[in-house]
Amino acid sequence: MSVSVQTRVRPQAVAAPPIRPGQRRARLMLGATRWLFVAPATLFVAIFFGYPVVKNIVMSFQDYTTKTFFTGEAPWVGFANYAATFSSAVFATSVINTALFTAGSIVMQFVIGLGLALFFRRNFPLSGFLRGLLLLPWLLPLIASSAVWKWLLDQDSGALNQFLGIFGVPAIPWLVSPSLALIAVIGVNIWLGIPFNTTILYSGLQSVPQELYEAAALDGAVGIKAFRYITWPSIRSVVSVVVILGVVYTLKVVDIILGLTGGGPANSTQTLATNAYHQSFINFQFGIGAAVSNVLIVVSFVFAMIYLAMTRKAVDE
Amino acid sequence: MSVGTARTPAGLRRSSLEKSLAARRHGRPRRNAKVRSIPLTILGIVFLGIMVFPVYWMVNTSLQATAGAATATWFPLAPTFAGYTAAFQQQGQNFVSSMVIGLGTVIVTLIVATPAAYGLARFRMRGTKVLLLVLLITQMIPTIVIANALYTLFNDVGLLNSYVGLILADSAVQVPFAILLMRAFMESLPPSLVEAALVDGAGDFRAFVSIVVPISRNAIVTAALFTFLGAWGDFLIALTLTSTDAVRPITLGIYNYIGSNVTDWGPVMATSVLASLPAAVLLIFAQKYIAAGALGGAVK
Repeated sequence: MSVSVQTRVRPQAVAAPPIRPGQRRARLMLGATRWLFVAPATLFVAIFFGYPVVKNIVMSFQDYTTKTFFTGEAPWVGFANYAATFSSAVFATSVINTALFTAGSIVMQFVIGLGLALFFRRNFPLSGFLRGLLLLPWLLPLIASSAVWKWLLDQDSGALNQFLGIFGVPAIPWLVSPSLALIAVIGVNIWLGIPFNTTILYSGLQSVPQELYEAAALDGAVGIKAFRYITWPSIRSVVSVVVILGVVYTLKVVDIILGLTGGGPANSTQTLATNAYHQSFINFQFGIGAAVSNVLIVVSFVFAMIYLAMTRKAVDE
Repeated sequence: MSVGTARTPAGLRRSSLEKSLAARRHGRPRRNAKVRSIPLTILGIVFLGIMVFPVYWMVNTSLQATAGAATATWFPLAPTFAGYTAAFQQQGQNFVSSMVIGLGTVIVTLIVATPAAYGLARFRMRGTKVLLLVLLITQMIPTIVIANALYTLFNDVGLLNSYVGLILADSAVQVPFAILLMRAFMESLPPSLVEAALVDGAGDFRAFVSIVVPISRNAIVTAALFTFLGAWGDFLIALTLTSTDAVRPITLGIYNYIGSNVTDWGPVMATSVLASLPAAVLLIFAQKYIAAGALGGAVK
């Protein structure tokens, strides 16, 4: 999950030990043992990533349900699963929610993360210590975070409503109102992402040479101007990595939503990922679940490609 | 890892420039600056307080009996360990399951990932670049996609509801990151270390076991830590690849708690605290490893 921002100098690979002419067999053996190092991992990736991706594509064209597990039959249905998916109201809701969830989370995580990173950069007493403690929420397994937030956001006795009650605000049904639940879930996801964003952006800020600011200050560029003309251009590549990685990871989020709302109330927090889960593991419509999964994977793939293209460019530079 | 060396020239220039600037503004007393930054510290404490309040609230509630009470109080003035007792009674077995899955995943992941990390760092073979790219991509594949297909596979081979099944699936999720993390470190090892052994007649495998592994201890420990925490915190794989109570990690225990209408949050929060403990303990014990790992985990 972590990203380093510096470009690394790639050390040379070990040259093969000198081999006298005529020892072709030995060289072949050498190549074989070297392959053995990566063989188990290759096998693992093939079984646990290659197979599922292919299998999902196949399943999405089949009527794959619990019955299949008993009869072993999964009749071909062509594009029926996709047709059913695209025409369902829940899918449309899921697409919109995924977009809102991802965009809302990423923008706010980034803005708050950058704000905190800039703030902690001002090296006041205890700044390092406080910045370290900021990572405390990372200790909690995601599902434990959901539990805590479900309790905090509880309508009747949750801490947030208790606190707002002090100012006379009536109890707000954060997780049980269809119009509020998505906002609440996005809020929790923002909270989860802030430490990551702050940490990465802080390390990005640290790599901006101080003398740039000093030189700019002599030219009268301070404050907002310094940020616009020095900080931002210097951290732009870090920013794009944080944002794209954030998108890819946010698209995957399931734990938080299932823990907080289970996709409800009335599907108001259903995203593509939770919808895929529901189709396969609640409705046992594995074919339709696979179709939704494939939509999700295409979306993730687009952003993954953008990310890879950008990191490659960064390495080349 | 290359930060230190890469920064040296800039650092040198910076310090000399700083010196001249410091000389210029010499007249200003230093203490003044410190006093002026105290509001910043206060603001920092406020920001931090908001961010870690949920963690505080978790610990606070875990020490209170909330059953029948309107809510938890802001401070655990009359602490009770009833929540923890209930947590142990109701979730004790699940903790053991999580521990078994976590440790099993660490073992499988290290066995698969360590040689691969070395192979990818050192040998220039056809396909290594492709494999690296594939490893990067695997990190971006949503777990639900994997779970969807694995369920049918595991159902066919009888791995549902089993430790072996969960350990294998958890390892699959952890292996790519572990490889990338350890590879970043192993790439920085001087090739001469291994070359000497090879000249002495040791094979690649012996050189790996007797030289590379001991030297890479820190990176391997870091990978083990991240792997353990990943497997310990896993929720989705356990949720999808189990259908009975046979194997039930603590994350599912928490999910069961909050899936129903909670009336007493004490045990739920106590379980959450206990579920967060391994990460806390590992972080305290292995801070230096984590710091190195966070840098070495460069995803490129």
